[in-house]
Amino acid sequence: MDSALIPDGVKRCSFGKFALGIIIAGGVLLWGVYAMLLIWLKGLNQTNMNDYYGFALWIWADLGVIALGGGAFFIGLLRYVIGKDELKNIINYAVLIGFICYSSALLILAIDVGQPLRSWFIFWHANIHSMLTEVAFCLSCYFAVLTIEYIPLILENRQINKVPFFHNLAHNMHEVMVIFAATGAFLSFFHQGSLGGTPAVLYGRPFAFREGVFIWPWTFFLFTWSAAAYGPCFTLFVTRLTEKITGKKLVKQNVIDLLAKISGWMMGTYIIAKIIDTWYWATVTATASGFNLIDFYSNNPFYGIWILIAEIVVCGIVPALILLTPKGRSNSTLLFTAVLLACIGVLLNRWVMVLQVMAAPVMTFENWVMYIPSWQEVATTILPVAYGVILVMISFRYLPIFPQERELNS
Amino acid sequence: MFPFSFEWIWDVGHMVFMGGLWYALTILGLGMTYCILKAVVDTMHGKGGQHH
Repeated sequence: MDSALIPDGVKRCSFGKFALGIIIAGGVLLWGVYAMLLIWLKGLNQTNMNDYYGFALWIWADLGVIALGGGAFFIGLLRYVIGKDELKNIINYAVLIGFICYSSALLILAIDVGQPLRSWFIFWHANIHSMLTEVAFCLSCYFAVLTIEYIPLILENRQINKVPFFHNLAHNMHEVMVIFAATGAFLSFFHQGSLGGTPAVLYGRPFAFREGVFIWPWTFFLFTWSAAAYGPCFTLFVTRLTEKITGKKLVKQNVIDLLAKISGWMMGTYIIAKIIDTWYWATVTATASGFNLIDFYSNNPFYGIWILIAEIVVCGIVPALILLTPKGRSNSTLLFTAVLLACIGVLLNRWVMVLQVMAAPVMTFENWVMYIPSWQEVATTILPVAYGVILVMISFRYLPIFPQERELNS
Repeated sequence: MFPFSFEWIWDVGHMVFMGGLWYALTILGLGMTYCILKAVVDTMHGKGGQHH
């Protein structure tokens, strides 16, 4: 039925099966849209946010998808600026995943601001002393970069590419992509960093507060570093998941191996820096505010010391070691486990830096404040996942995402 | 925000922050303008008709 739109030389499932998948994901999407409309029409009283939790599930999801989408900027940097040519075989998928992650982040923000019609205020009435202003600027501009990187892929659809103008436009955009990729890396460095800097400048919140260099707390650099380390892991994870679902080999092992190795080094060095940061914070910064490390992890039903061990050891050191060893990278199961653990690790880090910051008591008369999101918050957080699944399905079916697919499955 | 906005102040913060935004937007805008114009010219010269 739609065979004329499918890239040359590759096989796809029947249109009926594809449509069924879209309908299932579309059902989840509609549930999220319903919740989104409720929030827009009735207001933020539909959420369980309160005076303690001004930042909640949405901001965690935002920071999470931005970190996971970091694969796009880092792989783009490696491919176009540093010249790792092998990565041309996975860059398209990284861009698609990045595009989904960043559009999801913007969608979630549009719900979270409560008054989306005033979103432009942050550009026009910018508070130049706010790290979140920098985030808003860089996030919006970087989304424009991702859109620019995604457009040539759409233009390379079999039918669209027959139109000479679109063919030429795609070709020209590829030729100057290094400029866009470099701009994207610059923008990503600052918004990833500022997202990490935001909690760390809260000197009234000793759990998050960090010292740093000039105006930047150490977490500024840790967030950028972690996005560059863990983002490519998410790209590898989704690639492997797509291979399993479609039953096809999509990317050659040497490409996977190279990206996994780079991620392993980035993750290994990041974890060392993270351990140093945690140690300094626990022994110097927090104690200067009258807190001991264990104060932040006890007398509450959820935020135990396990969360720190899970983030640094289980989802940090372990995947880094797997990715750093040739045996670990060549074993499909180990590699898949490592990238999955890495994704959980970075999500856990963002969870802690958003939610635990709010939960931990500051004054002596305060207690831990727990938070359970409302179903509307959950639905609107799942909404981008359904949207992502749909966009991946459509892009995989109709666009030449994987240059090696034909060769690997012939 | 532009220098003619009433909130504008000529200080380092405004120039760095807003300058950075305009700088990035200018690169993206000029880059895309170049690509589109070149695609128009290429198409007018008959390129892209016999693609692979």
